[in-house]
Amino acid sequence: MSRTDWEVVIGLEVHTQLSTQSKIFSGASIAFGAEPNVQACAVDIALPGVLPVLNKGAVERAIRFGLAVGATIAPKSVFARKNYFYPDLPKGYQISQYELPVVVGGQIHLLVPDGKGGAYEKVVNLTRAHLEEDAGKSLHEDFHGMTGIDLNRAGTPLLEIVSEPEMSSSAEAVAYAKALHGIVRWIDICDGNMQEGSFRCDANVSVRPRGQKEFGTRREIKNLNSFRFMQQAIDYEIQWQIDLIEDGGKVQQATVLFDSDTGETRAMRSKEDAHDYRYFPDPDLLPLIIDSAWIERVKGELPELPAALSARFQNDFGLSIYDATALTASREVSQFYLDTVAAAGTASAKTCANWVMGEVAARLNKAELDITASPVSALQLAGLVQRIADNTISNAIAKKVFDALWNKEGGDDANAADTIIETQGLKQVTDSGAIEAIIDEVLAANQKSVEEFRAGKEKAFNALVGQCMKASKGKANPAQVNEILKKKLG
Amino acid sequence: MIDSSLKEIAAALRAKTVSAVELATESLARIEAGNPKINAFVTVDRDGALAAAKAADARLAAGHGGPLTGIPLAHKDVFCTEGVLTTCGSKMLSNFVSPYDAHVVTLLKAAGAVMVGKTNMDEFAMGSSNENSHFGPTRNPWNTDKVPGGSSGGSAAAVAARMVPIATGTDTGGSIRQPASLCGITGIKPTYGTVSRYGMIAYASSLDQGGAFGRSAEDCALMLSAMNGHDPRDSTSLERDTEDYTADLARPLAGLRIGLPTEFFADGMSDDVRAAVEAALAEYRKLGAVTVDVSLPNARLAIPAYYVIAPAEASSNLSRFDGVRYGHRAAEYGDLNDMYCKSRAQGFGAEVKRRILVGTYVLSHGYYDAYYIKAQKLRRLIAQDFAAAFAQCDVIAGPTCPTVAFGIGEKSNDPVQMYLGDIYTVAVNLAGLPALAHPAGFGAGGMPVGLQLIGNYFGEARLLGVAHQFQQNTDWHARKPAV
Repeated sequence: MSRTDWEVVIGLEVHTQLSTQSKIFSGASIAFGAEPNVQACAVDIALPGVLPVLNKGAVERAIRFGLAVGATIAPKSVFARKNYFYPDLPKGYQISQYELPVVVGGQIHLLVPDGKGGAYEKVVNLTRAHLEEDAGKSLHEDFHGMTGIDLNRAGTPLLEIVSEPEMSSSAEAVAYAKALHGIVRWIDICDGNMQEGSFRCDANVSVRPRGQKEFGTRREIKNLNSFRFMQQAIDYEIQWQIDLIEDGGKVQQATVLFDSDTGETRAMRSKEDAHDYRYFPDPDLLPLIIDSAWIERVKGELPELPAALSARFQNDFGLSIYDATALTASREVSQFYLDTVAAAGTASAKTCANWVMGEVAARLNKAELDITASPVSALQLAGLVQRIADNTISNAIAKKVFDALWNKEGGDDANAADTIIETQGLKQVTDSGAIEAIIDEVLAANQKSVEEFRAGKEKAFNALVGQCMKASKGKANPAQVNEILKKKLG
Repeated sequence: MIDSSLKEIAAALRAKTVSAVELATESLARIEAGNPKINAFVTVDRDGALAAAKAADARLAAGHGGPLTGIPLAHKDVFCTEGVLTTCGSKMLSNFVSPYDAHVVTLLKAAGAVMVGKTNMDEFAMGSSNENSHFGPTRNPWNTDKVPGGSSGGSAAAVAARMVPIATGTDTGGSIRQPASLCGITGIKPTYGTVSRYGMIAYASSLDQGGAFGRSAEDCALMLSAMNGHDPRDSTSLERDTEDYTADLARPLAGLRIGLPTEFFADGMSDDVRAAVEAALAEYRKLGAVTVDVSLPNARLAIPAYYVIAPAEASSNLSRFDGVRYGHRAAEYGDLNDMYCKSRAQGFGAEVKRRILVGTYVLSHGYYDAYYIKAQKLRRLIAQDFAAAFAQCDVIAGPTCPTVAFGIGEKSNDPVQMYLGDIYTVAVNLAGLPALAHPAGFGAGGMPVGLQLIGNYFGEARLLGVAHQFQQNTDWHARKPAV
């Protein structure tokens, strides 16, 4: 069988760390990077007699998420205990939601790159999202055969977001994860920092012969902490499962880890080792009741969501879905774009989009800068776009001006582009007399090209245009150069 | 002086005929004299007690303080006390010093009560005889060959032996009422959620409730008034204002409807207990109360339901005792799993292990619905029975235990027989209702018999008032053991 005879089924479980000040069941801070165990209070280390108290801020963030993805907010949800022993799990159980989660259903809209330069739309349904506490960390290095325990992370609030198994390629899985990442950052419930573990993905992957109804046996790839690793891990896993089955083997349900050094997945534990977690409702916590007034209040505080803004970009500014999606990848990018359009004028919205997604994005990417730290401000970019629109500069010169803006050659003011155009004499030459003079000089110095053109070589014309532009240091209006040159040679 | 009522002691303190330091000294002396025989205390905090008594005297001298200021008291060793050993009757915590005070401890400290020590108990509050303590059994002051009841047996024995006038306890399935009954004192477990569980080491979270032991209903009312109120650190703590439980003490009994569950008066109660209970009920009728028959048809299911729910919660609550962060850790072990196994095998006693095993079993995949879910359904039925009964009566009365105190060692090899002794008490915890036990006479071998009074939700003040009126007209509560 070839690769196309197999159908891939992927579901994702994503743990997002919620951006509360304190832990989900205690008042200890959750700030990243503190010395081990200084952010663990009596509740977090599970001293005898301590009790959990739910952090309303965590619930509020779950409600925000539910509303943002069009899910149902459960009027009543229940915290349960997931029992297992591990040194970094101080109580011997994790408080999580099991039978009754706080968020049910919902959808994520994505644009999946098709690998041929285009993209297609897809909707992924969510199964649920539930609140739970994180465990601490076991530190196996530096302790000479012993294990160190850091409980700073114990009790950190998490929202685990579970998708339906509806993705059929690593590209779709990555597009889903990116869209989800965009949403949780957009509604400000998670900082999305994957290196610090604020956004951790587990992928359930299975394959089945195309046309088969039943799912194949899945393996779960744990803790994918970058989109690139996710793509690599899933691709490797798919091929591994197909190879195994084609060789007559059978996939065993298992949890696997991705080794980014070798690019391979390897089994961590099999189904036989699976725990019986003995879930039951936590008697220390009352059921979580969320009334409609609470939901309405949170709804009123939500920012305009990316899907709505994307639609607005398409309708009001005539952007393509691709551009609109890219410009609503984060609130910061969309704000930068909106600020640029506001200053440059709606008529230039498409030009603004090209610049934000083009030069700005490329330069920021190269410099590893966030758009909020862009050396070229939205107003400065708008100033530049306006000069393109009114023909003060050509597109080619505009790139030069952008470089100068980036290097702060025009200062910090909004009219920095004008300053640069002025002081560096980059204004487009539209005076026909001046252009004619340049053309005459070029024609005189390039008799050979003139003869070639007259002999029927079209290419020679372009060479002459190029020479004229060069002679004008790029400032001559290209359309005028074309026109006059044609006349002169005609 | 500490034999007197709290009211009398408080008056004497204000009249300066006695000082808090003198009271503490008297209490400490009685503990020193009696404890080797009774084994009611695991820890005596002499220095802490004298310092607290001094502070209480200063407060009284300044004209401040309340009804508990300067009163010696003992805490069941299930309550965390900052800087003082908190063992929970277990080897697992035999070295554990809490860095914080339980909410109840904080409240009673604030009220000016003087803690003299921590009382012995069945390990992790699992037991009905105090024989399951790592620190040896507590003995009944009325007869040291008999058990004091459990799991708050140390507190009950300490109050009965007049070592302290009042003591805290916890009641998960009868652990205040049963030892109060067997030791001839008064003990009350309030409505679930009335007393904060913060700092009270959990046995079965949905059933555990702190309460008070005293020699009279009036003393219990004064003490419980200082212990109740909302605590934001306990999510199951009720959002109610602190209540004064002395409010109903003077209320006459005329017209009081006492419900008698036919199921409690059927077979199972020993003759001596029945005689004392009937006599007490006759006294209530004499005082103007009327008795009506009520029915609790599902009460017989309380024990099986309790012995599913309580162990289930316990198996999870006790998981934190893993030898990693505090408590007992085996001296020698191989890998991580071996450390867990050895530390817990060494740290826990037989009854605790039994309940962890039962609890783990009933929560296991495939058994959860048949046991845990079913037990929760029974729990609702039992609560509904009580609701129906309270439509016909104001309080429910009956025996606290089927027999008087049994001999030490008599039931220790038969856990099921031991569990069946909780027949009259566990239903109350499953429903979350308030209930008390007060002395109602003596049975076989001159051992005390207690009458149980069960109230509707938040009926503590009424319950204590009813018992107080009884005690105004009887002297069973004033009898004291010879020891």
